[in-house]
This record gives sequence, C-alpha cells and structure tokens, in this order.
Amino acid sequence: MESSANLLLLLVILLNFFIMGSSRLGACIRTAALQGSMLAFVPLLMHPISGHTLFLAGSALALKGFFMPWLLFRAIRQVQIRREIEPMIGYVPTLILGTMATAGAFIFSDHLPLIEAHRGSLVIPGGLATLATGFLMLITRRKALTQALGYLIFENGVFIFGMLLTEAMPLMVEAGILLDLLVAIFVLGIVVNQINREFSSMNVENLSSLRE
Amino acid sequence: MIAQIFWHFLLLFGLSPLLLGVIGKTKALFGGRLGPPFLQLYYDLWKLFQKGMVISRTTTWLFRAGPVVGLAVPVLASLFVPFGAIGAPLGFDGDLIFVIYLFALSRFCTATAALDTGSAFEGMGAAREVTFACLAEPTLFFVLIVLVRLTGSFSLGGLFGPALLSGWHTAGPSLVLVLFCMFIVVLVENCRIPFDDPTTHLELTMIHEVMVLDHSGPDLGMILYGASMKLLVLGAMVVGLVLPFTLGNQLLDVLVFALGMLALAVLIGVVESIMARLQLLRIPQLLIGTSLLSFFSLILLLR
Amino acid sequence: MTTLLVLVPLLFAVGAYFLPSDRLRPWFLPVAGFVHLGLVLKVLVDDAPLAVGAWVGIDALGRLILIVVSLLYCCCAVYGLGYLRFRLKWGNRIFVTCLLLFLSAMSLAAEARHLGLLWVAVEATTLASAPLIYYNRNRLSIEATWKYLLLCSVGIALAMLGILFVAYSVLPKEVISLQLDDLLVGAAQFSRPWLRAGFVFLLVGFGTKAGFAPLHTWKPDAYGEAPGMVGALLAGGLTSIAFLALMRVMQIMSAAGEAEVARQAFVAMGGLSLFFAAVFVIKQPDFKRLLAYSSVEHMGILAIGVGIGGIATFGAMLHMVNNALTKGVLFLAAGNIHRRFDSKRRGEVAGAIAVLPVSASLFIAGFLAVTGSPPFGVFISEFTILRGVFAAGNYTLGGYFLLMLSVIFIGMGSTVLAVTLGPPSSRANKVDYQETLLTTGPPLVMLVLVLVLGLYLPTPVKDLVTKAAGLVEVVR
Repeated sequence: MESSANLLLLLVILLNFFIMGSSRLGACIRTAALQGSMLAFVPLLMHPISGHTLFLAGSALALKGFFMPWLLFRAIRQVQIRREIEPMIGYVPTLILGTMATAGAFIFSDHLPLIEAHRGSLVIPGGLATLATGFLMLITRRKALTQALGYLIFENGVFIFGMLLTEAMPLMVEAGILLDLLVAIFVLGIVVNQINREFSSMNVENLSSLRE
Repeated sequence: MIAQIFWHFLLLFGLSPLLLGVIGKTKALFGGRLGPPFLQLYYDLWKLFQKGMVISRTTTWLFRAGPVVGLAVPVLASLFVPFGAIGAPLGFDGDLIFVIYLFALSRFCTATAALDTGSAFEGMGAAREVTFACLAEPTLFFVLIVLVRLTGSFSLGGLFGPALLSGWHTAGPSLVLVLFCMFIVVLVENCRIPFDDPTTHLELTMIHEVMVLDHSGPDLGMILYGASMKLLVLGAMVVGLVLPFTLGNQLLDVLVFALGMLALAVLIGVVESIMARLQLLRIPQLLIGTSLLSFFSLILLLR
Repeated sequence: MTTLLVLVPLLFAVGAYFLPSDRLRPWFLPVAGFVHLGLVLKVLVDDAPLAVGAWVGIDALGRLILIVVSLLYCCCAVYGLGYLRFRLKWGNRIFVTCLLLFLSAMSLAAEARHLGLLWVAVEATTLASAPLIYYNRNRLSIEATWKYLLLCSVGIALAMLGILFVAYSVLPKEVISLQLDDLLVGAAQFSRPWLRAGFVFLLVGFGTKAGFAPLHTWKPDAYGEAPGMVGALLAGGLTSIAFLALMRVMQIMSAAGEAEVARQAFVAMGGLSLFFAAVFVIKQPDFKRLLAYSSVEHMGILAIGVGIGGIATFGAMLHMVNNALTKGVLFLAAGNIHRRFDSKRRGEVAGAIAVLPVSASLFIAGFLAVTGSPPFGVFISEFTILRGVFAAGNYTLGGYFLLMLSVIFIGMGSTVLAVTLGPPSSRANKVDYQETLLTTGPPLVMLVLVLVLGLYLPTPVKDLVTKAAGLVEVVR
C-alpha cells in the first residue's frame, strides 16, 4: 500500500512539471483536475479504509476533479483566447526553478523526521514540491486564470500534507476545509470573469495601476 | 568470445535495415496502406552501392569523409554496447563517455560535410541538428549517471547487465523515468518524429534529411546504412533497460534481443503515426524538460 | 450564547439577501449590530466559566475581541445607514449580506477553541470581505480585490499547512486533538522540528491576514479602494481577529516551552513592519492608503508588545482596543472626505475643513490619536509597551521604536494637514454630499471612547485586559 501511495505522489510531482511547462489554458485546468483526482485516492492507500477516509476521498474527488474545473471553465467561457502568453520569466527558467525547488524539497524532507509508520513515504517531498509549483505559477504567470490555477495547485500541496493525518482530523474540519476551498475557487472564478469583462482580457498586467 | 563477435556483427549488419522496414510498415498500417516491403532498405542499399556518384565542385575531402565516418562510428560503437544478453565484445571503464563522443564525432563530420557543400539549405539543417543534439546530451548523461549509480559499474557492458534486474525492484520509478528519457533520446538522435520528419523534404520540416541532400550513390548508401546502425545501437540501450535478464542459451538470447529491437521499431512507428512534428520553438523546451526529468529521476534515486 | 453570537448575524444575512427592497435592507445592519452588542454585553456580565475541551468557548481574550469588534461594527452599521442612503442607486444586496456574514465569521473566530475551526472562520472572513472591497466596481477596485483575494488565500493556505504541521508534531500519541486546551496540556512533548516549522507557517499565514511586513502588500490596495466603512471594519475588526489567531499560536508555543523563539520572531516582524510603514508614509499622496500603512505600523507595535512580554503584553492588548476604535474614526471620516471631493489624492483634496467641518476635525483628531498623542488612549498603550521594552533592557529597540513613530507622525501629519486645512480646492463642490448625523455621529462616539480610555481606564476594562494579557503572557 505504501508503494502505491508513493507511486501516485510521484505522478503528482510529474504533473507539476507538465503544468509548469504548458501554455494551453484548457490543458492546464484539466491537468490540475487530474492531479486533484489522483490525490483524492491517496488517503485510501495510506490509511485503512473507513467511512471517514471514503468520505474524504469521495468529496475531494468530486470537488477537485469535477467541480473546480467546471467552475474555472465557466469563468473563462467568454474568453476567446485559450493560450497563456510567455510568463514573466519564460517557460524554461520556470521549469528549471521548479526542478530546483523539487530537488530542494527532497533535501529538506530529511529535516522533518517522520514517525515510524510513515517512514519512506514521499509525502513531504511531494507536498513541498507541489507547494513550490503552485507558488511559482502564482508569481510568474500573466493571466489571472493561471494565477487562480496556481492557488489550486498550492492547495493541493497543503492537501498532500493533510494526508499524513487523516485519522486525526475530525470530519467536520475536513468538510469545512473542502467547503472553504470550493467557495474560494467560486469567488476567484467570479472575479476572473469580472476582470475579463472590465478589461476584455485576462492579463494581470492590466492590474498594475495601484502602486506605492 | 568469437561467437559473441559473430552474433554481434550479424545483428549489426543484418538486423539494422530491417528496423527501418518495420517502422515503415507500421506507419503504412496506420495509414491504411500496404507500404514498402520489409526488406526495402536492403534493396535500396544494394542499388545505391552499384550506382555512380555526382559530387559538387565546391566540396572537398570533408564531403567524402562524412559518410565514411557515419558508417564507421556505429560499427565501432557497437563493439562496446551490449546487445541484450550477448554482451559487448570490448569494454573498459568509462567507455560510455567514449561511445557518446563517438556519436558526437559522427554528427560533427556529417555537419561539416553538409556545410562543405556551401549551400544555405544544408547549413540551416546542420545548425538545427547540432542545437538539438546539444540539448539532448544532458538527458543522456543524467540517464547514464542514474544507471552508473544503480549498478556501480562504469562500463556499458556492466550497466546493462544482470545488475540492472535488481535495480528494477529497488528503484522502479526512477528507472521508468530513465526509460522514458532514453526513448526520447533515441527519437532525437535518429531524427524521428516529433523532432524531425524523415519522410519530407520541405524546408520547414527537414533537419537530418537536408544535410544529406547532396550525397548520392555509395555515399548515400553509407549514410543510410550508418543511420540504421545508429538506430540499432541506441535502441540496444533501451532494449537492454527493459530486458536485463539472460536465458542461458546464446541463440535464445539473440532471438530475444532481435524481438525486442523489432518491438522498439514498432513502437517508434506508432509514435510517428500518432504525433506530428513539434513546432520548432517547442523542441528546445521539450528537450530541456526531458533533461530536467532525467535529473529528477537522479534525485529520486539519491533519496 | 456562543451559538447565538454566530447565528444571529447569519440569520440577518439570509434575511437581507432575500429582502427585495434596497431602501429597507440597510436597516438590517444596525439592528443586527445592536442585537450582537447586547449579546456580547450579556456575555461580559455573565462571566461564565470556560468549558474545558469544547470547540467553542469565550475566554478573556475572546471577550476582549468580541466587545471591540461589536462596538466597531455597531458604529459602522449606523454609519452604513447614511452611506447606503447616499449610494442607493448602486444597490446593496451583496454588500449588506456580506457585511452580516462578515460579522458572523468574526464572532466564530473569536470564540473558536479548536485550531481547525479558527482556520475555517478566518478563511470565511476573507471570502466574506472580498466582495465588499469590490463595491465601487471600477478598475482599481477589481485590482485591489484580486490582490486581496489571492494574497490572503495563499496566506490562509500557509496557515493551514502550519496547523497540519502542529498536528503532526503531536504524534506518535494515539489521538491527535487540535482543541486548544488539549494542545496546551500536551505541548511540552511535541516534536520540536515540526512544531517550529508549523509556527513559521502559522506566523506567515496569519501574519498575512494581519498585515505584517513584508506580507502587507495587499493592505494599501484593499484599504485604499474599499468604501470607508469597509476599511474601518477591515482595519479594526479583521486585524484584531488575525491578531487573536496569532495569540492562540503564541499560547501553544509558550506551553511548549518555545516562547523565546516565538517572541524573537514577533519582535523581528514588528520591527520590519514599523520600517516599511515609516518608509511608505512619507510623501504618500493618497490619504486612504496612508491609513493602510498606519495599520501596518500598529500591527508592528502590537507584535513588538507581545514579543517583549511582561507589562508590554498588557499594553499590546490595550493597544488593540485603541487601534480598532481609532481606525474606525479615521476611515469613516476619510470616507466622508473622499465622497465629497470624489478623489483621494493630496493635490486634488484640500481645505476639507471648510466644506466638511466635523469630518475634517475628526480626521485631524483621529490622526493625532493614531500617532500616539496624549490625551488619547493610544498614547497610554504605546507608552506601556515602551515601558516594557525599556524594562527588558532593550534600549536599541526602544530607540528604534521612538524614531519610527516620529517619522510616521511627520509623514502622516504632512498629508493629513494638507488634506484638511487651507483653502478648499476646486473639487470641493464636485459632489453634493452633506454631513449628516448618521455619518458623523458614529466616528464621534468612537473618538470619545478613545479619549475616555486615554484619560481614565475603567476598572472592569482594566481587569478584562489584564486577564487577556495573562492568557498570553508566560511567567518569565
């Protein structure tokens, strides 16, 4: 069970690379959804199956795999252009930074000692790498939608860490967290739509009049 | 030892033209055509070696040297690369770097032969080819570093030997990534889709084809033969990754290796049929991405 | 009682959403506000003991926060009646509903005794306040909303990560409980690397919400573009809630014996915030962004107070009360001036005292209060914090503190006086907006409160602040 969870986490890290290097908005949204769906299965692999983990996996799958992409696609339905323009530091430097961050995540994970039951798990490197990817997307992309997607990937990273603790976290809190994520994406989608309506484009460079 | 060299050369000279035939047949199958026969390249080589040559007046000895080196290098390199469980006839510590740079030498000679013609067309192709090879080299090196680290041997014969079998159990994910990266390298080095289209002769899509545009007769035959042998040698590394075991009987091992090579040729044919050549701007990005992926597989191994 | 505090504004929010009349809807705000205030006063009077192990409960810190937030909300709600009457043609369904949801979320955060619930409540405040910033519906406010939403959501996600790390540090105990009392009891056995890493993430996460530098970049945009009363609630209410969250973190760290690490981190962030505030306040042309930097400054002062400890913690708790009320005065008065002149920039707005005498005087008085002039309450709390700094022997910090405060006083004063005094600029009669009792009464009430707190600290208030400080303060 441990190794299949590790395999899924490895796939998640590989998807990070794909999202960082892709310029097609539709592909990015679908890949992020795929990543979220894969993550939904990891609690089932890491912890014994119970009503609790089934609920968590099911709701995560529904939200991350179906609802979020639907909301995001709706938010950009009026946008004709479905391609990202060159990010502020270029695709190749972004990929290189992402790889270095992933390498750093593996190195840093030695400093956080895992308890016996979890040793050998890829959770910490996977989580830190996904956090770094989300953060990179947030700060280097020029379209509001990819920034929102970066936030989604960031949350995926936090979710990975949450996997260590499924037995401990009460159901209510997890439900609350997922609900908050849903509403956050909903509100982000609305704002993206408003940005598009106001500026007829999703370039966040238009959003740079406020300074000092 | 003698038997080893015999099987080695038999596979090298006999099997390599068949690979291109298999690729062509696979593509034809996808296209609903009958396609050229499996042994087409044999007939082509026979025909070309009997033809006369037309040599441009602007060229020098470099132009004649290119195809010769292009034929000699794969033969020499194959002596160090194990063909499945047959094993490599020669080997020394560090021969993996030797083999990589042999191929770099052949690429250099092909590029200079192309530049020697004085045509802008060939020059453009040479520039592109050299750039892509340059970007693919880090991938190859990281792949080999992973294998060195896994098996502890610095010689190609040791890398693809039985030590790899235990490696699959301990570092499976790493080796899967390595396999994928190695496959990409095979596609790049042999100028297959999605990096170069071997069937067209349009400026937009040519890289390797444009460099050999001016060769004819036996020179062209040597180039074609050399290209197919290069495919065999590099493909042998991929097959060695996937089939790291031995069956005991030498004949069976040869058979397994040959079948593995043919399967690889079919896979290349499938990839060529379902993808189009990438936009020229995207190829460097993809190659750098592959390098980073192989670097990542190294990190996974070192964890 | 605890459920009522959250439920009442929530029910009012539902009612406000479904009410069709734009004219009647603003009345929901003061009604809900005063009912809430009544409930809070009852809680204070009852002084019921805390149920150990419960997910919600109101301890001394919670009581302090609740009374501050509730008072601020009531005053802003009354102001809101006047404001929304002026903006009737803009419609106010989302605005009123989100304001009421905001109050509900803040109440939940104040009474949460489970880290997960606290997180959910703080995230809810972020989501409820985002549409409020966008009320003006122009390009600048959508930019402000986008930055606010993105930065605060990332901050909150980091806070979640911190909570997960803290939870993991509890292992290998059988049951992990994120309930505050359980955490405080078992804190000494937590795994150190995980606890420290968790603390860093929690500090960064909740610090983004509070507006510590260098995570404050959303503040000038959000406070600058939001309507006046929204700015007041964000600066007074939301920062207090974020500060509460940080205090809960501080409680856990003290119980675990890591108080020194936490204190140093707070002092560092506080010092950095003072520096950033001082730099950006000089020659700040926009007087609403000026108030945002003032908010950054005061969060820095709060952090320093908590970081030094001793009597400075008492000062910090008192400062939180004073800061919230003073920000209320400043933002509401600034809102009036903005509306009259239809501009926020220093060159275009001048001589406000001639056209809006009460608002301009309130603005000047508020400026004096917020920069720490006697006899206002802020002076007392800042003085107490400074006393604590010098008592701890930290003379360089004390000198730095005084220097930054002077720079901010000069910087702010320059803009505030340029905006309020002098002959009225040409834009003075651009919009026919008159001061009414509704728009000047609430800030006046809050100013009087700040003045009273400065002149004489009533014993019940003093006791409450002391108890709250006692929760955070660990005997050295």
